[in-house]
Amino acid sequence: MADFMQQVVVGLSSGSIYASLALALVLIHRATGVINFAQGEMATFSTYIAWTLTTNHGWSYWPAFAATLILSFAGGVAIHQGVIRPNEKGSVLRVVIVTIGLLLAINGLVTLIWSGEVRAVQSPFPTRTIDIGGVAISIQDIGTIGVVFATVVVLWLLFQYTKVGLAMRAAAVNPAEARLVGVRVAWMLSLGWGLAAVLGAISGMLAAPSVFLDPNLMAALLIYAFAAAVLGGIDSPIGAVVGGLVLGVGLNLLGTYVDFVGADLRLPGALLVILVVLLVKPSGIFGKTEVKRV
Amino acid sequence: MRQARSFAPIAAFAALTVVVAVVPSFVSAFRAQQFAYVAIYLIALIGLNVLTGYTGQISLGHGAFMAIGGYTTAILVADHGVKDVWTIPIAAVLTGVVGFLFGIPALRLSGLYLALATFAIAVSMPAVIKRFEGFTGGGSGINLFGLPDLTASLTPVTILGQELTFNDWLYYLCWTIALAGYVVAWLLLRGRTGRAFRAVRDSETAAQSSGVSLPRYKTLAFGISAAYAGVAGSLFAIATTFVNPDTFPIALSILLLVGVVVGGLGSLVGLIAGAVFIQFLPIWSQEVSKSPGAPAVVSGVVLIALMFVLPMGFAGLLARLRTLTKR
Repeated sequence: MADFMQQVVVGLSSGSIYASLALALVLIHRATGVINFAQGEMATFSTYIAWTLTTNHGWSYWPAFAATLILSFAGGVAIHQGVIRPNEKGSVLRVVIVTIGLLLAINGLVTLIWSGEVRAVQSPFPTRTIDIGGVAISIQDIGTIGVVFATVVVLWLLFQYTKVGLAMRAAAVNPAEARLVGVRVAWMLSLGWGLAAVLGAISGMLAAPSVFLDPNLMAALLIYAFAAAVLGGIDSPIGAVVGGLVLGVGLNLLGTYVDFVGADLRLPGALLVILVVLLVKPSGIFGKTEVKRV
Repeated sequence: MRQARSFAPIAAFAALTVVVAVVPSFVSAFRAQQFAYVAIYLIALIGLNVLTGYTGQISLGHGAFMAIGGYTTAILVADHGVKDVWTIPIAAVLTGVVGFLFGIPALRLSGLYLALATFAIAVSMPAVIKRFEGFTGGGSGINLFGLPDLTASLTPVTILGQELTFNDWLYYLCWTIALAGYVVAWLLLRGRTGRAFRAVRDSETAAQSSGVSLPRYKTLAFGISAAYAGVAGSLFAIATTFVNPDTFPIALSILLLVGVVVGGLGSLVGLIAGAVFIQFLPIWSQEVSKSPGAPAVVSGVVLIALMFVLPMGFAGLLARLRTLTKR
């Protein structure tokens, strides 16, 4: 039982990283109506900034963390204003292709600036474990879960209780009417991209200490995040968080306890489960069924 | 006027056929091989466009259908001694059936959810192939090189009294199938079926109320689309004379979507440019700069710039040119 609980906590820890990246995808989907394929690469780029600040410029961890979030936010806004917004007219696939272009370009840029070498990243949390009711839990896992949880709460407060949050929701739900009441829709969508970049940066910085940092850090994570977002319902922030946690725990248990699955078939196994969920509930667990007017 | 309009595409197609036929006489065998890959991509893009461009169902998993075609060919040649060209129709039928069957559960999904479902298939494919090692050769793949009776990889091929090297033979094989596939798609899409596909794309509700059966046409589009991808995958295996799980990575599926959008959604003629684009973009990017990372930056920037300049792909450019010449 203790072993099982331990696997659950490890799953929650990686699940919270998926959740944060999934949340980024959901924010962008609500703002722009597309899946941002470059989300993972943007996060990788941010993680490299944090790594450079701590390793090459001698910053301590948390100031570097904060500075990275600010830079990521600015980067997200700049990407939306620079290349996404001008391409928003016409087929959504046009924006999808732009994000694929961004994926290539940012991935290349990371390799160009920091080389493809694999780097070790220090963790802000001690690697010790503490004992809770016979279950050994690493402080790093608790820290990861804590940081993501805090981010989600801050984000929720922002969306529910501030004027900017309200404007952002209005811009996403009904751009035309939001514009009529004086919301600067394009800038609200840019804010969404900025926040998404921040969430991605958080997931990247939390993931890096346990898996090492290289230019393809987030490629696999993006797939998990995509799956988590769709599992929860691509328009639902709560769904993204729940989807991420469920996926993290599920993957870990599946890989540990089902022999046939092992490490190789973890991902296909998880995707199969998600496909089944979608077939029963085609718009995710928390998603709303779209009603079209003819 | 009506006459002239219906003859113009036929004349253009005849011109294209002539160009395709004479190209190998002017380029090196190495180039001919690169152009053979263009034909392979063209076949896959036609298939994807039937589904995504004409029927409005986004697929991020066509690489997986190509993998099924490729492995069909590899297994039949290596394990069952079937001559490589005869595996192509088998790959088409088999992949088409798989696509059709996949289309049935996919009926419940739309938009991004369908995109994820297909993406999931493509992501899982390499792991699944590795897992069933006895059948697929696992991670080390299946080698088709050599086997003089079954493939042309060592011995020249004699067709109509002409002796062709492997690269030229590959070129003509791929382009013959690509052009035939192009004509089939054109005939299919200009008639009743194509109209039904476009109706489904433009409004499912309106299509349904006009008597278009959504299940029938969506699964049909999936089946046709997958069959094209299967042929492309089969030719890919013949061309590389080797398949392993990494022959058909997730990047291939994404590349195909790029090709369709760059070529032009819902257009066949633009796809030729799309196929050239996805084949040569990495090669051209290499030529700009070889330092690690730089080619990817170039490719990415070119792709983004292209969406600024040609929002409707090359087909949009052609349409614009046509209105200009009409004035």
